[in-house]
Amino acid sequence: MPKNPEIKKVLVIGSGPIVIGQAAEFDYAGTQACRSLKEEGIEVVLVNSNPATIMTDKDIADKVYIEPLTVEVLEQLIEKEKPDSVLPTLGGQAALNLAMELDEAGFLKSHNVKLIGTTPETIKKAEDRQEFKDTMEKIGEPCAPSTVVHDVEAGIAFADQIGYPVVLRPAYTLGGSGGGIASDEEELVEILSNGLRLSRVGEVLVERCIAGWKEIEYEVMRDGNGNVITVCNMENIDPVGVHTGDSIVVAPSQTLGDKEYQMLRSASLNIIDELKITGGCNVQFALHPESFEYCVIEVNPRVSRSSALASKATGYPIAKVAAKIALGYTLDEIPNAITGKTYASFEPMLDYCVVKLPRLPFDKFISAKRTLTTQMKATGEVMSICTNFEGALMKAIRSLEQHVDCLMSEDFTKASEEEIIEYLYRVDDRRIYVIAEAIRRGISYDVIHDITKIDNWFIDKIAILVEMENRLKTEPLTKELLAEAKRIEFPDTVIGRLSGKTGKEVKSLRNEYGIRAAFKMVDTCAAEFAAATPYYYSCFGSENEADGARKKKKVLVLGSGPIRIGQGIEFDFCSVHSTWAFSEAGYETIIINNNPETVSTDFDIADKLYFEPLTPEDVENVVELEKPDGAVVQFGGQTAIKLTEALMKMGVPILGTSAEDVDAAEDRELFDRILEDCCIPRPAGHTVFTCEEAIQAAENLGYPVLVRPSYVLGGQGMQIAISDQDIVEFIGVINRIAQEHPILVDKYLLGKEIEVDAVCDGEEVLIPGIMEHIERAGIHSGDSISVYPAQSISNKTKRVIEEYTRRLAKALHVRGLINIQFIVSNDEVYVIEVNPRSSRTVPYISKVTGIPIVKLATQVIIGSTIRELGYEPGLQPEADYIAIKMPVFSFEKIRGADIGLGPEMKSTGECLGIAKTFNEALYKAFLGAGINLPRTKKMIMTVKDADKLEAVDIGRRFAALGYKIYATRSTAKILNENGVKAIKINKLEQESPNLLDLILEHDIDLVIDTPNQGAAKSHDGFIIRRNAIETGVNVLTAIDTAKALVASLENREEGLTLIDIATVKNRTGE
Amino acid sequence: MRAFLILEDGTVFSGTSIGSAKEVISEIVFNTSMTGYLEVLTDPSYAGQAVVMTYPLIGNYGICHEDMESARPWPDGYIVRELSRRPSNFRSEDSIQHFLESYDIPGIAGIDTRALTKILREKGTMNGMITTDEDYKLEEILPKIKAYSPAGVVRKVTCQEKYILPGEGYKVALMDFGAKQNIARSLNERGCQVTVYPAYTAAEEILADDPDGIMLSNGPGDPKECTEIIAELKKLYETDIPIFAICLGHQLMALATGGDTYKMKYGHRGGNHPVKDLETGRVYISSQNHGYVVDTDSMDENTAVPAFVNVNDQTNEGLAYTGKNIFTVQFHPEACPGPRDSAYLFDRFLKMMEVAR
Repeated sequence: MPKNPEIKKVLVIGSGPIVIGQAAEFDYAGTQACRSLKEEGIEVVLVNSNPATIMTDKDIADKVYIEPLTVEVLEQLIEKEKPDSVLPTLGGQAALNLAMELDEAGFLKSHNVKLIGTTPETIKKAEDRQEFKDTMEKIGEPCAPSTVVHDVEAGIAFADQIGYPVVLRPAYTLGGSGGGIASDEEELVEILSNGLRLSRVGEVLVERCIAGWKEIEYEVMRDGNGNVITVCNMENIDPVGVHTGDSIVVAPSQTLGDKEYQMLRSASLNIIDELKITGGCNVQFALHPESFEYCVIEVNPRVSRSSALASKATGYPIAKVAAKIALGYTLDEIPNAITGKTYASFEPMLDYCVVKLPRLPFDKFISAKRTLTTQMKATGEVMSICTNFEGALMKAIRSLEQHVDCLMSEDFTKASEEEIIEYLYRVDDRRIYVIAEAIRRGISYDVIHDITKIDNWFIDKIAILVEMENRLKTEPLTKELLAEAKRIEFPDTVIGRLSGKTGKEVKSLRNEYGIRAAFKMVDTCAAEFAAATPYYYSCFGSENEADGARKKKKVLVLGSGPIRIGQGIEFDFCSVHSTWAFSEAGYETIIINNNPETVSTDFDIADKLYFEPLTPEDVENVVELEKPDGAVVQFGGQTAIKLTEALMKMGVPILGTSAEDVDAAEDRELFDRILEDCCIPRPAGHTVFTCEEAIQAAENLGYPVLVRPSYVLGGQGMQIAISDQDIVEFIGVINRIAQEHPILVDKYLLGKEIEVDAVCDGEEVLIPGIMEHIERAGIHSGDSISVYPAQSISNKTKRVIEEYTRRLAKALHVRGLINIQFIVSNDEVYVIEVNPRSSRTVPYISKVTGIPIVKLATQVIIGSTIRELGYEPGLQPEADYIAIKMPVFSFEKIRGADIGLGPEMKSTGECLGIAKTFNEALYKAFLGAGINLPRTKKMIMTVKDADKLEAVDIGRRFAALGYKIYATRSTAKILNENGVKAIKINKLEQESPNLLDLILEHDIDLVIDTPNQGAAKSHDGFIIRRNAIETGVNVLTAIDTAKALVASLENREEGLTLIDIATVKNRTGE
Repeated sequence: MRAFLILEDGTVFSGTSIGSAKEVISEIVFNTSMTGYLEVLTDPSYAGQAVVMTYPLIGNYGICHEDMESARPWPDGYIVRELSRRPSNFRSEDSIQHFLESYDIPGIAGIDTRALTKILREKGTMNGMITTDEDYKLEEILPKIKAYSPAGVVRKVTCQEKYILPGEGYKVALMDFGAKQNIARSLNERGCQVTVYPAYTAAEEILADDPDGIMLSNGPGDPKECTEIIAELKKLYETDIPIFAICLGHQLMALATGGDTYKMKYGHRGGNHPVKDLETGRVYISSQNHGYVVDTDSMDENTAVPAFVNVNDQTNEGLAYTGKNIFTVQFHPEACPGPRDSAYLFDRFLKMMEVAR
C-alpha cells in the first residue's frame, strides 16, 4: 500500500522534559521519525517543551514549537497550524495521554484531524486496564489474575481473595509511577492510595504477584495491511519484580528454547494484530521458569525506551519504520536502510550478544532507598555489544562511569557468609556484585538462584568471570590466559591489578602476543547480506572487519555516555551538532558512545559509529584502527573531557581548546593566577586537603562558605556550610567520592547568578546572550530557573560581563565553546566558575537566540574566525522574546531523596517558556514543568528565618490571589503580624490534625518550604517535603522560585501566544 | 583438543574439537536462527552438510529430546562460536557436547563464525573438512575436499517402511523425503490420519491406499538427483487428489511438471525470511532451509503460477498449480525452528481436501 496522499501536514508531539521513565529515547525516536516524515515530503509541525532536544531544531521539523505540553496548548496549536494529522506515538506516554484527551474531548473530530500511527481505540485497548484484560481474554492470551479498582476498599477485598503479595499498577502513568508490590494490607493501603492519585483516571490494577518469573519483552511492528514482524526479543536478567528500565537486560533472550521463544513471539503478534496497531509496540511477558505458563504483563502501543534499545541492539530503525507505516506504507515497501538490499518486513538476526545496564542515581541521592521495584529509578542506561555474554556484561559495567570496571568493584569481601546471603535477598543495584562475591565464597548456584530467582545460566556466566579473576591472580599470564581474559573483556587495568602488573605492561604483553581488538559490524542479518552501514562493536579473538582506511580528514567525536543527573541530553545535542558540522566541512566523522537512548548512536549520524565504553583502553582500540587526525572532547560533557589526557598520550591531537587550558580552568592555583592577570575578581577561597584545613579556611573567610570537590560534575558533593560542624559532615561525604583531588572552600556570596556561553576563535569572542538565574547563588545552575535575556542587571554590568568573558576566553586560549558563571553582588561582578567546553545551556541559548553555537564552535575549531562566519564578535543584540528555562525534577520516583535544592544538582530535565513578555514566559515555563495552578487554592508555608521577610510579601500576594495559607508556628506568626492571614498548623510531632495530615488529605496546591542549609536542616522538613512530593503536591524549596511563581500567577492571561522557534532570528540575522 | 575447519578455498579456521573427534568432509552451510539449534540438528534436510550457526551462543538451554524433528541428528558436522558449559532450562536433559558425541558427529567450537559466514556469503556455499589432525597437508586434502558432493541423501534419511499415525479425520499420505516431524504433527493436530511412505514408494501403492490428500515433505540434497521420485510424482500430479508440498517436495513437483531448479549461491537457512502471498499481498516471516530453488521463469504459466515470492531476493517461494488441487511452498510452514506464522497453510490443505471430497 503506498503512502496515503491525504496526509500532508503532521503534528508530532514530543515527550517534554526528561524525567525518570521518559528520557532521551524519545528525542532519538522523534528525531528519526521527523526526518523520516520529511524525507517523504510531509510538512512536519513539532511541539515539545524540552529545549535540550535535537528534535526541536529547526532543521529537523518545518515548524517547531517549544511550548508546554497541555491540552489547551495543543488545541491552540492545531487551530493555528491546521495539520491534517497528529502523530502521538513517538512522544512516550506523555504524548499518548495528550492525544487521548484531545480525542475524548471531540476536538480532533471537530477539527477534522486524524490520529495516525495508532487509533484512540487501540490506545484505549492497550492502556485501559479493564479493556486490556478483556481484549487479552478474548484472544486467549493469559494475564495474571487481576482487577481494576477505583478505591482502596475494593483493593483490599480483591487482595484478600487472591492472596498477598499483590502488584499494584496505576493506569496511564509513566515508568510505573506509583506502582509497587504490597505484601500485606498496610503496604497495600499505602501504595494503592498513592497510585489512585497518580493515575490520570484514578484507577489501579491489583494483580497476582508473579515476581520471580522470567521477564521477557518483544518489540513488534505491524503495518496497515496486517503484516507483522518482531524486531527483537529481550530477556531481563532480573526476574519480574524489577522494572525493566532498572533491570539488566540481554538481547536476544538467552535461556529460552525455540518452543518458548516462538510461543511468546506468536503471542506478541497475536496481541498486536488484535490491537490493530500500525507502527511499533512493546509487549512484556512473565514466563514461568519451570513450565510453559506465561502472562502478558503490559503492552505499550508506541515507541518506548525498550524500542530504542531494540533499535540499537539490532540496527533496525523502529521509529523510522513506524513513521513510514503511519503514512500508509507497508513493511515490504520500506527498504532496510542498513543492508540496502532487504526490506523492513524481515526479522533482524543477531550474531552477537547485547547487555543493557541501568544508570541509577544513588550516587546523587545518598539518602535514597536503593531497592529496585516496579517503579523505575534509573536516569539513563548503557548498552554494550560483544560476541559473548561475559564480555558484553564487562563492557557494560565499565561504560557506567560509576567507578566500576569489574565484578570486584563493589567490595563485599568484609561481609560474612551470613551477611552475603542476607544481601542476596536485597534487590538493589549491587546485586550482581553480591552474586559474584557469593560465588567466590563457594555458595552454590542453587542457593543463589533460590534467593534471587536469577537463571542459573546467568549465574554461571558470573562464575566464569569470577574464575577468571582467580586465574589472573594465581596463574602466570600466558598467551592463552591473556587471550581468554580479553575474550571476556577484562580491561588491561583489571588484568594488571590482578596479576600484579601495570595496565601498560599488560598492553605491551598483548602486543607481543598479537592479542588485539577486532571490530565487527551490526548489520541486522548475521552477515547473511552485505551491509553498507558502518556500525561497529569490538571483540577479541576475531577477524577485524572495520575498514580504517583513510579517505579524507578524520575526526573522532566522543559522546557523553549514559544520561545522569548533571550530564543529560544537552551533551548529546552538542555531540550530534558538532558531528554534523564536521561532516559539512568535509571531514569523515567517527562517534564513540555507549548510550542506546540517544540520537548520536543512531546509525546515520556519523560516518562511523563505534558502540563502545568510553574508557581510555576502549577508545584506544578505535584510535589504533582509525588513526584520526584529531579528537574533539569539548562537546561530550565530563565523560569526554576525562579522556583528554589519554587521547594525548595516544598521540591524538585535541581539536579546539587545548588540554592544558582545560586543566588551567580546573586547577585552582593556575586559575587564580589567570583571574589575577585578567583583573577579574572572584569570591575569596582556599584549596585544602583535610578537614582541619577546611575549618581553618572557613574561619578565615567567615561563614557561610561553599565547600566542594574539584573535578566533579553537576556540583556533586557541593554544600553550603554555616558552621564547623557542617564542614566536618561535608568533607566526610566528599572523601567518599573523590579523594585524590583537592577540596575547594570559597566565601559564599549572596547575589544574582549570571551565566554565559560563548564561542571564541582564539582572538575574538561571540556571546549569543546573557542568562540570569531566578534563584540567588547557592542553588546549582542546573536547578535554577534561567532567564534570557537577563532582566535585572544594568547595561553597565552586561558590558562588564562581556568584557570578562572576552578576557577569560582569550587568557584560556579557547577555541570553541566556553561557559562562565558569574555572581553579581552589590553591582560587583565576580567569576565563580569557568568551563572551557559546552554546557547544559548550549541548546537552550542556541534555540532562543537563533545562533547555532555548536556549529559555529565547530567551524572555529576547524579554523574559521567568527568574522569569517558572518558574525560580529561581542555580545549579540537581544532577541525579541523572553525565554525561560525551568528545571524539572523526578523526586517522586526516588524514595528517600531529599528534594531541597542546594549547590548539588538534582533536576533530571528542563522545559522552556518563551513569550513576548516575562510573565507569560514564566507562566509557560511553570506550566511546562507541570505546575498548573490554581486548583484548590490552599497552600502551606514554612520558611527558614532568613526568608521570613520575603515570605510576608509572597504570602500577601498569594492571599490576594485567593489562596488560603496554612503555616507552621513561627511562619504563621510573622505572616499574621504583618497582616497576612495565615492559619497556624501543628508540626509533625504534634497532635493531629498536623501538617502531614493536611498534605495527605490531597487538598493542598502548593507547599513552600525553604529548608535551612547545613546541619540545622530539620528532619521534619524532609518528611514534609517527601510526603508532599509523593502525594503529588507542588513543593518549592527556594524563596525566589516562590516569588517567580506568584508573579506568573498574578499575570496569568487567558490564552497563550505560540511561537514557532524556527522563525526566531538573531537580530543581526543570518 | 584442537580442531580445524579447512575450506576448499584453502582457508583454515582453528578451534576446539566438540562432539566426535573423527574427520569429516562435507558441504558447509550457515543457519541464522538464534534459537532452535536442536531442531536444526535433527532436520533431515541437513544430511550431507555441516552446519554453521551464526548465533554465537549455542546450547544455552541444553537438549530437550521432545523437540527433536527426527530420531537423530543429521548434519555431518557442527560449527559454532561458543557452546554453553552449563545449559539451563527446566526441560533440559542433556548437553550438546554429549549429544554430538553419542551420535558420533564431529564439530568445532571457538572459531569466528561471522568471518566464516562472510566467506560463504561472498564465495558461495563450499565444501570443507573438520579434522583434529594437526599435521594436515593442504595440498593432499584440498582435492579430496573439492571432490565431495552430497549424493544419495534422500535415500539415507527416508523411513524404511510405511507407518501410520492414527487420526479420525482426513487420510493424508505423507511422502517422507526427510520429513521433519512437525509436518506429521501439524496434520495430526488437525485430526488427520497420516500414513508415512518411504521416499521411493511407487505412486500406485500410495493411490491404492486411497488418501484424501498427499503431502510431499522437505528433504536434503539436489532435487534433480531424485529422478525416480520425480517419475512417481508425475503420476500423482495426474490424479485429482489434493497435494501440498514443502521445500524439496515443492522442487520435485516443479521438476515433475516441466520446471527447472538451480543451486543458489548460499541458500536460505534461518527463521527470518519474509515471503509474500501473491494472492493477498500479505507478508509472512518464514522458517527456511534450502540451497536449491525453483526457477520461476522455467514454469509454464498454464501449469503453475507463483504463489509466494521472497521479499528479499524475489526468488520463488511457492507455486499454485493451474487447474489442479496442488499448491507447494519452498519455506517451512511447520516451523520448528522458527516462526509459526504460515501454519495456516495446513488449514488451507485441509480445506482443499474438504472441497475435493
